[in-house]
Amino acid sequence: MVYTGAALLALGSCKDLDTKPYVGEVSELVYQDPASYKQILAKLYAGLAVSGIKPKDDDVDLKNYDGGSQGYMRVYWYLQEFPTDEAIVGWGDPGLPDLHKMSWTASNQWSSAFYSRILYQATVANEFLRETTDEKLSARGISNSDDIKNFRAEARFIRALVYSHGIDLFGSIPLVTEADKVGSALPKQATRAELFSYLESELKALENELPDARTNEYGRADKAAAWMTLAKLYLNAEVYTGQAKYSEAAVYAKKVIDAGFVLSADYQHNFLADNDTSKEIIFPINFDGNETQTWGGTTTLIHASIGGTMNPTDFGVDGGWGGFRTTKELVALFSDKADKRALFYSSGQNLEIDNITTFTDGYAVTKWKNVKKDGKPGKNLTHTDTDFQLFRLADAHLMYAEAVVRGGAGDGALALTLVNALRTRAGAAKLTALTLDNLLAERGRELFWEGHRRTDLIRFGKFTTGYNWAWKGGVKAGKDVEAFRTLFPLAATDLVANPTLKQNQGY
Amino acid sequence: MLEIYKLPGKTFLSSGLTKPKVAWALLMLMLTGQLALAQNQIAGSVKDDVDGSLIPGVTVLVKGTGNGTQTGMDGRFTLNGVSQESVLVFSFVGMLTKEVQVGNQTNLDVKLSSDSKVLQEVVVVGYGTQKRQDLTGAITSISSADFVKGNVVTPDQLIAGKLAGVQITSNGGAPGSGSRIRIRGGSSLSANNDPLIVVDGIPLDNSDIKGAANALSFINPNDIESFNVLKDASAAAIYGSRAANGVIIITTKKGNKKDKLRVNFGTLFSASTIAKKVNVLSSDEFKTAIGTYGTDAQKQLPGTSSTDWQDQIYRTAYSTGNNLSLTGALKSIPYRVSVEYTKQNGVLKTSDMSRTSGSLGLTPMLFKDHLKIDINVKASSTKSNFADEGAIGSAIGYDPTQPVHTENEKFGGYFQWLNPQGNIESQAPSNPLALLELKSNEAVLKRVIANVQFDYKFHFLPDLRANWNIGVDQSDTDGDEFSSPLVSASSFTNNGSTGYYTQSRKNFTNQFYLNYVKQVGIQSINVMAGVENQGFVRENENGTTYGNPDVPAIKSYFKTDYALLSYFGRVNYVLNDKYLATVTVRRDGSSRFAKQNRWGTFPSVALAWKINKEFARDDVFSDLKLRAGWGITGQQDLSTGDYPYLNAYTPGQGIKYQLGNTFVSVLRPNAYDPDIKWEQTASTNLGLDFGLSKARISGSIDFYLKKTTDLINEIDVAAGSNFSNKVTTNVGSLENKGVEVVLNYTPISTEFLTWDVSANFTYNKRKITALTKVNNPTYVGVLVESIDGGTGNYGQVHSTGFEPNAFFVYKQVYNENGTPVEGAFEDLNGDGVITELDRYRYQAAAPDYFLGFSSQVAYKKASIGFVMRSNVGNYAYNNVYSNRGTYQNLTGTGNYINNLSANVLETGFKARTDQSILSDYYVQNASFLRMDNINFGYNLDHLFKNKKIRAQLSLVAQNVFVISKYKGLDPEIATGIDKQVYPRPRTYSLGLNLNF
Repeated sequence: MVYTGAALLALGSCKDLDTKPYVGEVSELVYQDPASYKQILAKLYAGLAVSGIKPKDDDVDLKNYDGGSQGYMRVYWYLQEFPTDEAIVGWGDPGLPDLHKMSWTASNQWSSAFYSRILYQATVANEFLRETTDEKLSARGISNSDDIKNFRAEARFIRALVYSHGIDLFGSIPLVTEADKVGSALPKQATRAELFSYLESELKALENELPDARTNEYGRADKAAAWMTLAKLYLNAEVYTGQAKYSEAAVYAKKVIDAGFVLSADYQHNFLADNDTSKEIIFPINFDGNETQTWGGTTTLIHASIGGTMNPTDFGVDGGWGGFRTTKELVALFSDKADKRALFYSSGQNLEIDNITTFTDGYAVTKWKNVKKDGKPGKNLTHTDTDFQLFRLADAHLMYAEAVVRGGAGDGALALTLVNALRTRAGAAKLTALTLDNLLAERGRELFWEGHRRTDLIRFGKFTTGYNWAWKGGVKAGKDVEAFRTLFPLAATDLVANPTLKQNQGY
Repeated sequence: MLEIYKLPGKTFLSSGLTKPKVAWALLMLMLTGQLALAQNQIAGSVKDDVDGSLIPGVTVLVKGTGNGTQTGMDGRFTLNGVSQESVLVFSFVGMLTKEVQVGNQTNLDVKLSSDSKVLQEVVVVGYGTQKRQDLTGAITSISSADFVKGNVVTPDQLIAGKLAGVQITSNGGAPGSGSRIRIRGGSSLSANNDPLIVVDGIPLDNSDIKGAANALSFINPNDIESFNVLKDASAAAIYGSRAANGVIIITTKKGNKKDKLRVNFGTLFSASTIAKKVNVLSSDEFKTAIGTYGTDAQKQLPGTSSTDWQDQIYRTAYSTGNNLSLTGALKSIPYRVSVEYTKQNGVLKTSDMSRTSGSLGLTPMLFKDHLKIDINVKASSTKSNFADEGAIGSAIGYDPTQPVHTENEKFGGYFQWLNPQGNIESQAPSNPLALLELKSNEAVLKRVIANVQFDYKFHFLPDLRANWNIGVDQSDTDGDEFSSPLVSASSFTNNGSTGYYTQSRKNFTNQFYLNYVKQVGIQSINVMAGVENQGFVRENENGTTYGNPDVPAIKSYFKTDYALLSYFGRVNYVLNDKYLATVTVRRDGSSRFAKQNRWGTFPSVALAWKINKEFARDDVFSDLKLRAGWGITGQQDLSTGDYPYLNAYTPGQGIKYQLGNTFVSVLRPNAYDPDIKWEQTASTNLGLDFGLSKARISGSIDFYLKKTTDLINEIDVAAGSNFSNKVTTNVGSLENKGVEVVLNYTPISTEFLTWDVSANFTYNKRKITALTKVNNPTYVGVLVESIDGGTGNYGQVHSTGFEPNAFFVYKQVYNENGTPVEGAFEDLNGDGVITELDRYRYQAAAPDYFLGFSSQVAYKKASIGFVMRSNVGNYAYNNVYSNRGTYQNLTGTGNYINNLSANVLETGFKARTDQSILSDYYVQNASFLRMDNINFGYNLDHLFKNKKIRAQLSLVAQNVFVISKYKGLDPEIATGIDKQVYPRPRTYSLGLNLNF
């Protein structure tokens, strides 16, 4: 019996300690399978939309942040819209009221989550780039098809895209590339100027490597996506580096304008459940009520905008969350009553906001909907189908115009025509001349609630001082805030995890 | 089942301390032991008094000396150096110790009889047993006679309040609900803090079992003979990697080969009610509040009813339990068979649990008792109906002016809040009763634990024993959920849902050890060495389908496993029955770590000194033993998956991203730490056991210090360096220090009247000593424990230099009347604004002290007793107050209104903000004294003509009262965050137990 016991342990029933996952696979085996490549790319894209790898933000990427509240697009929208005249929220989630009040700290969970998201996306892209080099592919016997070349270029684009948000919102953040292996040395912080140069060179390289504009599959990046990112980078170059690059901004905006995108006849089509059919879209973040379910994304945007006497059915959803409204300052931009872009709901709503937590204080916004052009709802009444336009043609029009007005080389008459094309579509009277003031107002009218406002106000010098709106700075009339608020703080947790980092001034 | 025994002394065990002086004394005593050589020789034999068989291995000792021997294979012994006055002490595991004066005899034939009480003298330690008096570590034992009485459905509740250093906090009042067990505070932070549980030698897996509120609920409490709790490292280190949080060894009852057939039948009937309700606004107060704070539209919403929603969801719940056991020997094969059926209804309507279980134990002895085979099979089937506990919160907040039912049949006749379009308002709470009656969640869990243990005493060398134990633990869960379309807005959209969940767990253990015991003169040595291999496989699947064909079904699958391989050894050395030493070492390999970090070595040393033997004052001290021990235990039970070191990818399930016209599945790289390794806890224990024979007092006192390093911790990693913001790695350290005191006292012991009291006291202080690689004073720490109200709010923090789970809150400002001023907090960092930076750490969830006190009086046929428990210094965050205690909570975003906690009448708070919800006003002192159990027993033997029948009637009241300053429902909250919990019921039971 002793022998039996010893023998059993030595041989048969002994469970060895080299266990492997049942669900999923170790990295070497994953990259043996050609089918894996597109799925990893899909994760990179999905990382802009949802929080995890199961429906409704289950099995999330980032820990300690609520699943519904950590999705890239949702938080990007929060940080770009709530500290502005365009949006205010009544919920008391921790740190959320601080966004409109502009009193956030380095522990703010929203700015911290977005900071983590940017670097998460970059890290996943880096791993994919490391594992898809020519040497690695040939070692595995996988043919380096055009597909994989495109995948690589797109992964690089997503990395550049998130860093373009990083340079805008945080300024100087750690820059990691495929040279930075997982778990190795602490990532090094790049200055805002270094990030600018890096992005400029990356995007210029991608200009050649990405598929031609409008030739890639819907939802995947092409040259136009790179041009848009580059145009934005140049347009804001003066803010980022102190050196204006308006001519370059005009060049890249023009490339987009000339690429064959078409303004959708109906402005609101861009914000509906079937907006994937709009020819105006350059680069979207895709949502689907059945396949890409999240509590964030446009699901938040649409549900949260419904309350008071609004009927959720009109928006293609099963209920309102009663959170988001706008200030009277945005409403005031629409002095032209014919302008169809004034998508507000005022019945039972007060224009004035006396109490931030009361949904009926402040006009509601009806821009985003989960109904299709034909008025029918999306696939799912809880989770929306509506895609989020990160870039659309109208923005290229406005960027070109602004770059020219700011002194960039370009065609002034064309600039006016491009702006008036948008106004004509909206049913508003044409402008006769362009000024910085009417361009900022036009950007507000055309692009409100699309995640542009904070960047715009900063570029126009009206973010911290020079312009106040309801409840800015935590007072009803609005007040100036400290100049350092133009940048969000690096996440407090990362300053502990990475002691080499330097916090933004003021935090 | 409800036998009321006379309380025998509890057993609290431990080890010794060595200082140079003691070592010197030890040497002296060895010499004097040698010098005490004397006159005569005596020989004899020792037999079993029942079957007359000769017993080998009986210790024969000249009383008051170290002079002794053991009987040989033939049951005979020879001993030199005895005089006529010498008294020989014969002792053997499982037998009553017998003393015989030598007198004129030169040949002694002694018969030993077995006694069940003697079992208590033997303590089950890891991989073997030891005599209690020879223990060197901090081990607490409790046997069936001392278990908590009454309606006890799960084994953990048998020992609540009974043991020092062992804190058992039930998770709530749901039927079969589990407990959080903490031994000496818990040595880990984010890794598992549950102790290792070993049943009949088989170490169990700690992971959650689906379909069971409690991982231990498969065991019929009536089958349990004893619990032995290994608390310090010197006792527990033999379990190495899994012992950092202590070990609980459960031994089930066994047959005895000398037994005739014994039958035990127990039946119990009990009734439970809720002890207390949450204090909310009455319907009149509610109407006044709406009249003041509602909008014009909301002022129209109150109805004309007056409904106490808490009365609607709770009920008086009746439960029954029946069990039958047969014990005896069949052709000299001892056996025990038991069957049990328990049905427990919960006080929350629609919740119940029923369990059918059976156990079989066979202990055949072969080859003249050289081979002992121990076969245990325990099987149970538990069916649970889990009520939607959301109904508890819903009932607290539901409008008291609305009726339960309406004539609108569209939603099943239940009152529901409707939007202007006549559909259920999406953000409104659901009718509490509808939540209970229109939803179901039923699970059946089948579990089998079986093991076969061969214990072979070598024919040619009876001092050597080989023990081979193989065991399996397998469970299968099958759960079904159903939600009616009428229960909520989302359910209406989805047209109802049907879900399922299954789990299958297959664990095996294969262990083998050799044990050599030898007594040479006054020295005795006990050496054990062994190997163990364990594997754990877990497979889960769940899915939901919806009544609306347009809503896609959800399905999720998961399977995982891990394995452990261990080598271990132990040496016990006893010199002269006075000096004891134990040395253990264990080498563990875990599949959860990479090859280079896989193995950990966990040693321990313990020494003990029986002072009473030293000074031969047995007449005064029945026990006086000083113990000292040190050891290292390991921790590998991470809560974050079984492959934390592997660079691997996980496929998404149910998430696809649109690329072109196709939806592409996603594949995600997992965060990993290739260097993750063992967490280690070094513990030191110093203890003293004492017993005063005449005063009938016994007890022990222990001081301990546990330092954990390389904490397995999910911490923030540098952004851009891994595939998540947090990674499980080894960072930080933690310290537990404490004192445990146990006292047992029998003030009265006469023929008719006995009175036993016992008390235990534990002081434990836990502190985080590091959380980062380089100390960073600006680091706030890790936020933990989410709270209700506002997404992403955490109420506690783990910070360096503080107790874990410290409340992390704003400091409330009070006016001169002591009323909190709304929205006013102290600007602790003095920067002129109140931001997150003004939060501070205030108190913590764990008690500083916890105490247990029991008393049992037996007078003739009657007995009466009680068990009280108390925690001191524990705080709780009253999330019911904070989430429902402002007038803002009256109204939501839609066509509905909510009731409030009556706390709003005291504070008058209007708004709940992200700061006010974290006010320290809501952190309340939750120290308490709870009367856990009052029991009354009466012997009915005289009613039966047959004198063999023993009958006992019992009446037990449980959770009789709680004394506490805490303002919420129940101060005893394991996490310290008081959300709406399933209330612990007050239970009255009537039981009858028959033995024949």
